[in-house]
Amino acid sequence: MKEFGYTVHKERLIDYDRNDKRVLNHLKKHEPSVLTCIACGSCTATCSAGQLVDFNIRLVQTLLRRGEIEPLKKEVRKCMLCGKCILICPRGVNMRNLILAIQTAIDKLQ
Amino acid sequence: MIIEGKKRLWQEYQKEIADDRYFYVRSCVRQNFFPASEKVFLRILKEELGKDVYENAAHTTCSGIGYHSDVVPFETAMTVIARQFSLMTESGYEHFVTSCITSFGLYSEVLETWKHFPDVLQKVRGYLKEATGRTFELPKNVAHASDVIFRFRNEIASRGTHRLVNHLTGKPLRVVEHIGCHYSKMFPSKGVGGAEYPYVLVGMIEDWGGEVIDYPERRHCCGFGFRQYIVRANRGYSIANSKKKFESMKPYQPDFILTNCPGCPMFFDRWQYALSEMEGVTYGQNGEGIPVLTYEELSGLILGYDPWDLGLQVHQVPVEPLLDKLGIPYDPETKFAGKDGQDLGRPDAPTHMKFF
Repeated sequence: MKEFGYTVHKERLIDYDRNDKRVLNHLKKHEPSVLTCIACGSCTATCSAGQLVDFNIRLVQTLLRRGEIEPLKKEVRKCMLCGKCILICPRGVNMRNLILAIQTAIDKLQ
Repeated sequence: MIIEGKKRLWQEYQKEIADDRYFYVRSCVRQNFFPASEKVFLRILKEELGKDVYENAAHTTCSGIGYHSDVVPFETAMTVIARQFSLMTESGYEHFVTSCITSFGLYSEVLETWKHFPDVLQKVRGYLKEATGRTFELPKNVAHASDVIFRFRNEIASRGTHRLVNHLTGKPLRVVEHIGCHYSKMFPSKGVGGAEYPYVLVGMIEDWGGEVIDYPERRHCCGFGFRQYIVRANRGYSIANSKKKFESMKPYQPDFILTNCPGCPMFFDRWQYALSEMEGVTYGQNGEGIPVLTYEELSGLILGYDPWDLGLQVHQVPVEPLLDKLGIPYDPETKFAGKDGQDLGRPDAPTHMKFF
């Protein structure tokens, strides 16, 4: 390969028709409340772990729908499972089970 | 919206293209990239069609390349353009024809600005007078050189010796057309067919016997975008744009790509080579690239000019497969011969792309 001093930038387009839906499909079965999320961000605002590290639980929802498995895997590890987000969620998403189910799904994939 | 209806809507975008007496301004870069294109345009207009085309030796850059790279302020660009118009006025012409798409876009932008803000026009007249002592009239008609070829496409076809048909199979050649972004994306009413269905190259292809390919990324930028290319660190972004287009057009097996911009043919041509060296991929058939032509080069081929006189040997993607399909004779021995027969030397062959 010839060196030109630059390389081809990686595609950053998220194609919702072709993305990896395996984890999301697992959740639809095991924690269907994930589908009721309206991305209001209350969970992130009240998050205990988020006060200490750059954990953003709403980002988990975004990564999940985009099918970005690797960053999702890193993100869910930051959760302390305190459950405050479940108390504040206006849609009743069972966030704690959501995090655990995501971890289970990713473990299964690998 | 129903596509057919949308097409009809855009068909209303037709522009007036002057018939004769053109003041022609060259591009800064095209003579380096595709050395014979502008010469062929002049040859066709003067010798084939008998038109009056005038060039002024005092013409300079329009400053568009600097303007779009954020190093030339708009006031400066307007004053430089005012000077070009003063050269036109001094030469006794009123129909302005630009070779470059970015120039065409900038001339359109400046004229629109002056139309809506007459006080800016007065200010620029003052700047020009102060700097050079010159005055100017506004052109009656501004066209891109591809508009002019489009206008005379049937005359060219009637004089032509070749059509865009595979002479072995009798089938029309499948062509990807790519319009420069500054042609009609900035001012849709200034381009034939507007921004979404520009007809300027499609008209040439269809009337010369070819078939246009409609592929998903048809209106995507070629990847030139001044800031993406001029800054070396951004070139990966430029080449990624071109790659997106090549991948989108490849399944349709185009016979060649036709362009009307200085940057687009350059990047489609050179980036195919760079991608083949970086990733080992080629986008044509049997390890070949997809040949890329300017509309002047294609007009020259239709008219039966020698491919090497059209400068096709300086293309990075070899054009021989296309010449074979068109049934155009060429001499491989004289491919790299200079004007007086001297040997110009052969370039190194690419690692992956088929070389002739």
